[in-house]
Amino acid sequence: MQPTATNQTWRKMKSALAAALAFVSALLVISPLGLVFFHLLKSGANSVNWDFFTQLPKPVGVVGGGMANAIVGSFELLGFAAIIGVPIGVLGGVYLAEYGSARANSMLRFVADVLNGVPSIIWGVVVYGLVVLRFKGFSAYAGGLALGLMMVPLIMRTTEEVLLLVPNGYREAALALGVSRWKTIVYIVMKTASKGIVTGILLALARVAGETAPLLFTAFGNRFWNHSLSEPVAALPLQIFSYAISPYDDWHRQAWAGALVLVVTIFFINMLVRLLTRGRMISPT
Amino acid sequence: MPSASSLDVPAIAGRSLAAKMKPPSRFGDKAFEWLTMAMALAVVVLVFLVGWQLARGSSLAIRRFGFHFLTTSTWDPVAEHFGALPFIYGTVVSSLIALIIAVPLSIATAIYLTELAPLWIRHPIVSLIEMLAAIPSVILGLWGIFVMIPWLRDYPFPWLKKLFGWTPFFRGPIYGVSMLAGGIIIAIMILPIVTSVSREILRSVPNLQREAAYALGATRWEVTRIAVLSYARKGLFGAVILGLGRALGETMAVTMVIGNTPQIVASLFAPGYTLASVIANEFTEATTDLYLQALFEIGLVLFGITILANLIAQLLLKTMAVSMTTRAVQ
Repeated sequence: MQPTATNQTWRKMKSALAAALAFVSALLVISPLGLVFFHLLKSGANSVNWDFFTQLPKPVGVVGGGMANAIVGSFELLGFAAIIGVPIGVLGGVYLAEYGSARANSMLRFVADVLNGVPSIIWGVVVYGLVVLRFKGFSAYAGGLALGLMMVPLIMRTTEEVLLLVPNGYREAALALGVSRWKTIVYIVMKTASKGIVTGILLALARVAGETAPLLFTAFGNRFWNHSLSEPVAALPLQIFSYAISPYDDWHRQAWAGALVLVVTIFFINMLVRLLTRGRMISPT
Repeated sequence: MPSASSLDVPAIAGRSLAAKMKPPSRFGDKAFEWLTMAMALAVVVLVFLVGWQLARGSSLAIRRFGFHFLTTSTWDPVAEHFGALPFIYGTVVSSLIALIIAVPLSIATAIYLTELAPLWIRHPIVSLIEMLAAIPSVILGLWGIFVMIPWLRDYPFPWLKKLFGWTPFFRGPIYGVSMLAGGIIIAIMILPIVTSVSREILRSVPNLQREAAYALGATRWEVTRIAVLSYARKGLFGAVILGLGRALGETMAVTMVIGNTPQIVASLFAPGYTLASVIANEFTEATTDLYLQALFEIGLVLFGITILANLIAQLLLKTMAVSMTTRAVQ
């Protein structure tokens, strides 16, 4: 068919139209971010004050109070989660990158990716069965365990990715000097990729910091300070949830404040990661 | 060659010295390899642990209700009648709504980001999408309750009712909390992952494909449609199924806006309930053993369908050579 002028124009118009539609789609995809952030600032900024960070929640009907216990509780949970998730994730990632046959590793990778897709609420149910039922009580241990297990596949995959970025020459140089393989991996390969490994850990922490579902029936929440890790503990996302579905205006106000603090913290970690790496996951030694 | 042999002497002496030394211990190497192997195998152990724990926690309920659990729709904890059908229905319908909204937007955005957008704008948009992915579910739910629901109730829902009220899907009273609201909030939750995985897939399409189409005189859109999309079809389907897996298991945000009423009605304005939501809401209130067992069984059903969705998605994505970092991080 001979390309006629009108045909050509029509095709070009169609192309421009498709480009315009794609642009509008991109705007629509990022618009929820703007809307959520706008409302967080509008409804939460006024309520973020000194009391919010230093006070315990007040009883129903008493205006004021804060979420100090929930903020500390979140850090407790994340710390415990890191103790479980980081060693398993990092060492597992080392295995995937440095040892094992290609076939077996691709299977393990596959399982890790599938595990990554398990809904977070399922982790809550499983840890409830494993820990809460057995030890007859909600606890910070149980909550931390649920978050820690969620972190395992995340950290494993990111660790593997960054270790594979380390040039093989580094390994060969170390081995040629007679350094044993495990020392090569720990002192050369992992050290070179340490920035990337830390990045993966921080991203995993940022991801589980906002999780509520796995904590509902493991950490359970607490309106007071918890005095030991075997007691129920408050967490920022849990507190936001219970305040959001409550019928009290003052609690709604605090839920917004808590949400603002949580989002800013998570964004801050993400920003930190970006500054830390500036696109480079491994540093030359 | 006498000169050569005189040079060889120290080397031979060195070698014999080395032969006298004990071979270096390989214990450290073996121990480290086994340690890391054990940690890597943890993912396999975890999958089985989850399945085993869910099955063990629901064994009584499975024996008591058998297959009827999946096909009956009464959920009456007082009379101890447990049927999961309304929750399965709610999960499937809300996830489908989410896919209908999120898939076209995500793929169009991925196309924009890989094929059409000016280079300087690509990175900022990708960063914003990553930030959207970082917003916790509970915060999106908070926003859903206090901002999205009132807005939906006042503007789009009455409008939909006026336009499509003749179909069974947009009938009945408008409460705001509804299956449709649940679907919309899930759509927002899965937009980032579907977009970024689709983007990775489109990026992995070889440039030769595009160049060939351009050489034939195709316009930008024609290149995208003929050379890129058809090449990436399987991978994009994988991205969609991955999004479905996330949608099925989405808990907090959807619990806060779907209305939490176990019923099967055609109208999308009516409240619904999902598998994940019923666990979140009723788990700590389960007073009897059988009630708790039934909730464990709901967990088992949810685990089964999300594992299935993820398996299919990963198999489809494996066909495309895609960097998996995006998936690992989100």
